[in-house]
Amino acid sequence: MGDAANSAAEAERYAIGISFGNSCSSIARISPEGKAEVIANEEGDRQIPSILSYIDGEEYHGTQAKAQLVRNSGNTVAYFRDFIGKEFKSIDPTPCHQSAHPQQKDSTIAFTIRDTESETPNTVTVSEITTRHFKRLRSSATDFLGKDVNAAVITVPTDFTDAQREALVASAKAAGLDVLQLIHEPVAAVMAYDARPEATVTDKLVVVADFGGTRSDVAVVSCRGGMYTILATVHDYELGGASLDQIIIDHFAKEFMKKHKTDPRENARGLAKLKLECEATRKALSLSTNAQLSIESLVDGVDYGSTVNRTRYELLAGKVFSQFTSLIQQVVKKAELDVLDIDEVIFSGGVSHTPKIANLTRNIFSEKTKILSPATSTTSLNPSELSARGAAFQASLVQEFEHEDIEQSIHPMVTVTPHLTKAIGVEFTSETETTFQPLLGAETALPARRIAQYFAPKEGGDVLVRVCEGAREIKVTKPEPKAEEKPAKDEDDSDFDSEDEEEEEIREIVWKTEKPVAELAVKGVKAGSKIEVMVHVNPDLGLQIAVREVASQNAVRGAINGSA
Amino acid sequence: MATAQVVDISLPSLPQGWTSEKDFKILGSLSGATKRNVEPVGPHFLAHARRSRHNRTFSEDERLQAQNNVKKTETEEDDDISEDEDPMMLAREAKDWKSQDHYAVLGLSKYRYRATPEQIKRAHRKKVLRHHPDKKAAQGKSDENDSFFKCIQKATDLLLDPTRRRQFDSVDENAEVEPPTKKLSGSKFYKAWHPVFVAEGRFSNKQPVPELGDENSTQEHVETFYNFWYNFDSWRTFEYLDEDVPDDGESRDQKRHVEKKNANARRKRKTEDTVRLRELVDECLSSDERIKKFRQQARAGKDAKRLAKEEEIRRQKEEKEKAKADEEKRKKEAEEAAKAEREKSKKAKEAAKNAAKKNKRILKGSVKEVNYFAAGGDASATEIDNVLSDVDLIMGKIDVDELAVLAEKLTIAGTDGAAVKSAWTGEAQRLVDAGKLKAGETKVFA
Repeated sequence: MGDAANSAAEAERYAIGISFGNSCSSIARISPEGKAEVIANEEGDRQIPSILSYIDGEEYHGTQAKAQLVRNSGNTVAYFRDFIGKEFKSIDPTPCHQSAHPQQKDSTIAFTIRDTESETPNTVTVSEITTRHFKRLRSSATDFLGKDVNAAVITVPTDFTDAQREALVASAKAAGLDVLQLIHEPVAAVMAYDARPEATVTDKLVVVADFGGTRSDVAVVSCRGGMYTILATVHDYELGGASLDQIIIDHFAKEFMKKHKTDPRENARGLAKLKLECEATRKALSLSTNAQLSIESLVDGVDYGSTVNRTRYELLAGKVFSQFTSLIQQVVKKAELDVLDIDEVIFSGGVSHTPKIANLTRNIFSEKTKILSPATSTTSLNPSELSARGAAFQASLVQEFEHEDIEQSIHPMVTVTPHLTKAIGVEFTSETETTFQPLLGAETALPARRIAQYFAPKEGGDVLVRVCEGAREIKVTKPEPKAEEKPAKDEDDSDFDSEDEEEEEIREIVWKTEKPVAELAVKGVKAGSKIEVMVHVNPDLGLQIAVREVASQNAVRGAINGSA
Repeated sequence: MATAQVVDISLPSLPQGWTSEKDFKILGSLSGATKRNVEPVGPHFLAHARRSRHNRTFSEDERLQAQNNVKKTETEEDDDISEDEDPMMLAREAKDWKSQDHYAVLGLSKYRYRATPEQIKRAHRKKVLRHHPDKKAAQGKSDENDSFFKCIQKATDLLLDPTRRRQFDSVDENAEVEPPTKKLSGSKFYKAWHPVFVAEGRFSNKQPVPELGDENSTQEHVETFYNFWYNFDSWRTFEYLDEDVPDDGESRDQKRHVEKKNANARRKRKTEDTVRLRELVDECLSSDERIKKFRQQARAGKDAKRLAKEEEIRRQKEEKEKAKADEEKRKKEAEEAAKAEREKSKKAKEAAKNAAKKNKRILKGSVKEVNYFAAGGDASATEIDNVLSDVDLIMGKIDVDELAVLAEKLTIAGTDGAAVKSAWTGEAQRLVDAGKLKAGETKVFA
């Protein structure tokens, strides 16, 4: 009986979502009301620094460990996420300059730290460090929820190799966390938005800009009927919050040197203090227009205090900001898309709080593109929490599944699917013009089904439905000086107009019919009724089209056999 | 996306002369597709995975999912309780609510204290649907008797109030299980006593209550079980059996009297209940074969230990005795050997003495044999005296071995006087040479 109870307890799985970042980690769960919420650890932090520090055998984690970067940098391990499952020769140890240095041990990476009370330092592998980190995250979640957390969905960057994934899963397992699934960070961010109860499933192209503490990743994700496909990614392993911190450090260091003739950056402890404080200052500048910095005994026992305002900071960091935005432009180009194609830009990661980056991005995209960052949208979620929320949502979905079930579902047999190369839609011809209305966008995963209702002609009668493949073109119109006549428009107007920006050229999307696929006729439609068109595309590119008059038996259907 | 999006645009009219069979005309096929990896996340992907793994189409999958959902809600409703009412119970008066079996009224008699509030609510609803006075009126039974309906209301009120429900559960006789009256053995014992303790366990403040177990239970388990029951922490109260307290303001004294009486009765019942439970556990313990088994096991263990100890002591003693006997034997042997040795040496000494005596006799005799060297006839007294004194002198000077040698010589010489004399003279000469005898000391043998 006791055994049965035990096994029942073991079988009961409680899964959370973990976002494991180089600088910060977050844990999230789905609340009983169905909302994703990020859990605060014992210190009340929702972004828990991924740092471990050891003093006399005592382990410190998170913010406490981060404070140790100043006094106890040798025994503090930070920025280790990207080292997991990698070889020493392929890592960039730069972020670890001011903490324990990574070193080679066999085929993996280790840190030499004094993690016990004894004087002799131990060599601890990065896997072991990760396990300890996960153990702390797990105990935080368990304490908060009052239930034994034993499973998790963890987010990883899109460029994580299989070796890295395996090492991460093994480390989590050693910490008592059963990894149900590893999901990609950009997709987790998109899902965090889509999982909100008020969100509706729409077809859209999303740019996910994940600007973290030490690196930046941007991806283009196509969302088609709730299915996500990553179309392109770009990574910058040197650009991140640290680059912005450096600007503030340099600014204050120069100011300090003017007064005191010593460079605080040359003193290791001074630099560490400055780095810690400048990071806080940077974060403060994202929220307010002024931020203070005060450091006691920066160097030579001199207390230092100063302020900086946002304008100054934005001026200094302008170059770095443009690096961020150019990453976004790069990825759009890489996906062979135009900025006009993008429906949403989701900002994720800590640096995304910076208002200037969001505003600069706003200028790149057209006005109908939603820019989801705290500075540009009031309904946006906290960028730092997106990955964890997405992971928590996925965890709630797969929590009940058997491991085998999950593995089968994420097998390439299932995930690799044909995607449409061209949009499919309906063509409308009237006396004056021909327009194309896309129904299934390009890059839609197959099989797919879409239903749309169109109005019948006002007078009723017989109706033609012409299903076509379409292509979008970017129409560029150069506005003439005001005095002259407006250019003749032989094609339709776009949904938006940007007449006020007359100095710039106007770019807009125009859909053109490329290849007709089928024509259907619905006869005897009543005046003022609606026509429903359902298009179903098989994986072999076969089509089933059904057209019917809404609220009547009047229907026409037909099928086109697939090529394969 | 199962829902249709409404697009605000008018479809064109059918051009003149457009004809086709079944109003459907194929004009072309789709351009090729690119293979891409779909991210395996989100509810829509899971639906996609379900479809592709089970080879379902959109509409099939939707239908199956819908069916599954329907089934779930149905099963929730299905496990309900339905018991036929006893006609006696239907005829009850509502004012006798205190004596009614509230669970039976609601049709929950097989659940009793285990019934959840949710079940009680559902049971109430079910009963009300059947016994509401309006229902009866609609059926044409216009006997205007809604007493059972009132009973239902009373029962529900009571059972949905946790405090009052506990009071009723405390005295719910139908939930009690009588302990077996005679002593049982083997599996019958566990079968008979198990429900008793399960029923008693409902009063425990500490949950879960340990189970009786079976003959294979460990000693630890059994001990925990009896310890639990001997330290039973019960919430059982007897307020339900209280006499009604008069509620009119007139007789305060009467009211206080009844209250006091009730409190006393409660206390008394509680004490009785504690005693009853203790006796019950005592009885169970006394006939529990496992206790005997454990005691035997313990005793067997102890006995084995004691025997081993005794054996050890005995062995040690034996060893000691054996060692002692060996020692004694060795001593005795040594003593005997010594004795034999002594005797042997004594004998040798005696033999030597005898030999010496004999030799001396030979020596003395030798001179007598040759008639003391007297030439013819008997020897004169002086001659004899001289010879004998010389013999004595020599005999006194020589040791045993020399004596033997001399005796040998003399024996060989026999009665030959000259030979005997030469032997003696030789001996005397040897002694003189050895310095033991002065020359001229001997008178005859010189």
